[in-house]
Amino acid sequence: MRTYIIRRLIYAIPTLLGISIIVFLITRLSPGDPVRLYTFGALNITEEDIQGLREHYGLNKPLYEQYVSWLLQVVQGDFGKSLQYNRPALPLLLERLPATLQLAVAALVLQLAVGVPLGVIAALKRGTWLDNVIRVFGVIGHAVPTFWLGLLMIIVFSVTFGLMPSQGVLTVGHDVWDIPDRIKHIVMPAFVLALAGIANYSRYLRTETLDVINQDYVRTAHAKGLSERTVVYVHALRNALIPMVTALGGLLAALVSGALVVEQIFTWPGVGQFTYAAARSKDYPVIMAGVMVASTLLVLSYLLRDIMYAVVDPRIKVK
Amino acid sequence: MATTQTTVGSVAAMDVSQRRASAGLWSNAWYRLRRDRLTVASTFVLVVLVLLSLAAPLLSQYVFQMSFERQDLLHAYAAPTLDPPGYIFGSDEVGRSQAVRLFYGGQVSLFVGFVAAAIQLTIGVLLGLVAGYKRGRIDDVVTWFITTLNSVPAIFLLIIFSALFTPGPLTLTLVIGALFWTGITNFVRGQTFALREREFVVAAVTVGASGWRIMLRHILPNVLPLIFVLTAIDVGSIILVESALSYLGLGIIPPTPSWGNMLTNASSYFNRAPWLVVPPGATIFLTVLCLYLIGDGLRDALDPRLKTEK
Repeated sequence: MRTYIIRRLIYAIPTLLGISIIVFLITRLSPGDPVRLYTFGALNITEEDIQGLREHYGLNKPLYEQYVSWLLQVVQGDFGKSLQYNRPALPLLLERLPATLQLAVAALVLQLAVGVPLGVIAALKRGTWLDNVIRVFGVIGHAVPTFWLGLLMIIVFSVTFGLMPSQGVLTVGHDVWDIPDRIKHIVMPAFVLALAGIANYSRYLRTETLDVINQDYVRTAHAKGLSERTVVYVHALRNALIPMVTALGGLLAALVSGALVVEQIFTWPGVGQFTYAAARSKDYPVIMAGVMVASTLLVLSYLLRDIMYAVVDPRIKVK
Repeated sequence: MATTQTTVGSVAAMDVSQRRASAGLWSNAWYRLRRDRLTVASTFVLVVLVLLSLAAPLLSQYVFQMSFERQDLLHAYAAPTLDPPGYIFGSDEVGRSQAVRLFYGGQVSLFVGFVAAAIQLTIGVLLGLVAGYKRGRIDDVVTWFITTLNSVPAIFLLIIFSALFTPGPLTLTLVIGALFWTGITNFVRGQTFALREREFVVAAVTVGASGWRIMLRHILPNVLPLIFVLTAIDVGSIILVESALSYLGLGIIPPTPSWGNMLTNASSYFNRAPWLVVPPGATIFLTVLCLYLIGDGLRDALDPRLKTEK
């Protein structure tokens, strides 16, 4: 098991390198000279000063040299200072990480707690109206634009009925540990973020459960005279859940990506919202750090998924 | 007499079943598809949406009699009305016709969806075939590309790209197409991996067929059916991504309307004009829903073994 984890960790290195190349190229090849942007409006600046600054920041060197020196700093956690806040970019982003994680974990829990039972119920009651309702929901939940759903929910629940807060993590002035208040704030964004996943899980699990129910060992369990409950929960469900772990990968990606949009709608102070703001104001160090943080989050969650997979299904051994 | 009738009847029945059995994959699928009411209905709705969008210039000139950029500050936030007909869905914050903008927006959103899907399909199928068939180095490189791209949240990349380069609709479409090919590549690669070991491929190699001929004439047709399914679903997902991006003010930039950017300021005026919030979102939802349903229908028709009902 330990060698497996170590091997997977090593596999993550080329991936992260690839991401860093993409990030570096996008920001470096974009139009606009960072030095001119940085010194824009400064008085008494001469062409010589600008050349001097370019030399100082190494912007006259070939691209690959710039990349290598940038990478060497990034490995030490140094993305440079934010142009807007004049503080190191990475700590700024890491301050926002807990909020994003809260949202993603809440959404993941919702997806599992709602999506899995829905799928199992649909499979057990197949052909009934309940099954049909769940299946229709499975398609609809996937096709709704998240940002629109978020807007509608804010209109209905926050503006019209005033039931739910429409933005932020916490009411201003409340105690940081005011858990009920936090829950009230997280319900809507987490639901919006989770919806596509709930729909997805219910569809996957319906198919998987139907598959497993028709297996011989389930028939044997029935033949032994076990109760329906035992057969479903002990024999069928356990095996139906194994492929779900694979599906988790795509859903985690959707969570991290989706979080950016949802954070924006609900003004949730997370990594996505901060990176978005940085992109709009061309704050390069923060942009680069933002993509790297989000991607690392994703790489780590893939890693977690693979480890879980090996734990759940011992038949799978990586080459 | 009665016996002859039954025989004739069963012969006729056999005749039909034989004819069905001898029909090829595609005509069989077409046969099943026509009987799938939900898929037929979704296709119909989608075609109507596409036609309305294509007819946007004609509609705005002859039916609504206003262009999509015509502003009229005196009639800002007009409630939906038939007088003038251009305000059938109301008017926005500068008095532009919501209906006309909706149809023009459809042109843009649907164009991005379908063209980007075509691009990712081309990249995906080619890379998948080559990687799966040649294996070795090429496969390693392609796999590395896929894992890398899958590990960057796509919306982050798109937002940064749009913020720094401010691309036009065409560039945006190319970039989206170039970002979303990994799913199809993975699928084609896996299928090719399995198919290249089959007898018919070995036979083709023995006869001396070239690599490209084997990939395109022998392997591709076997993978094609499910590619269509994936593509229908991808068009829907791309439309969702584009609309989210445009909603954030970074995809399609106004004054060019798109379903997403029509909602950009919705949160600031939904008190005054709730009719501006519902139609664009509902149209995106309807389009994507139709595409997903068509994808599901295609899958059931092309591979009845996977039929979702069971």
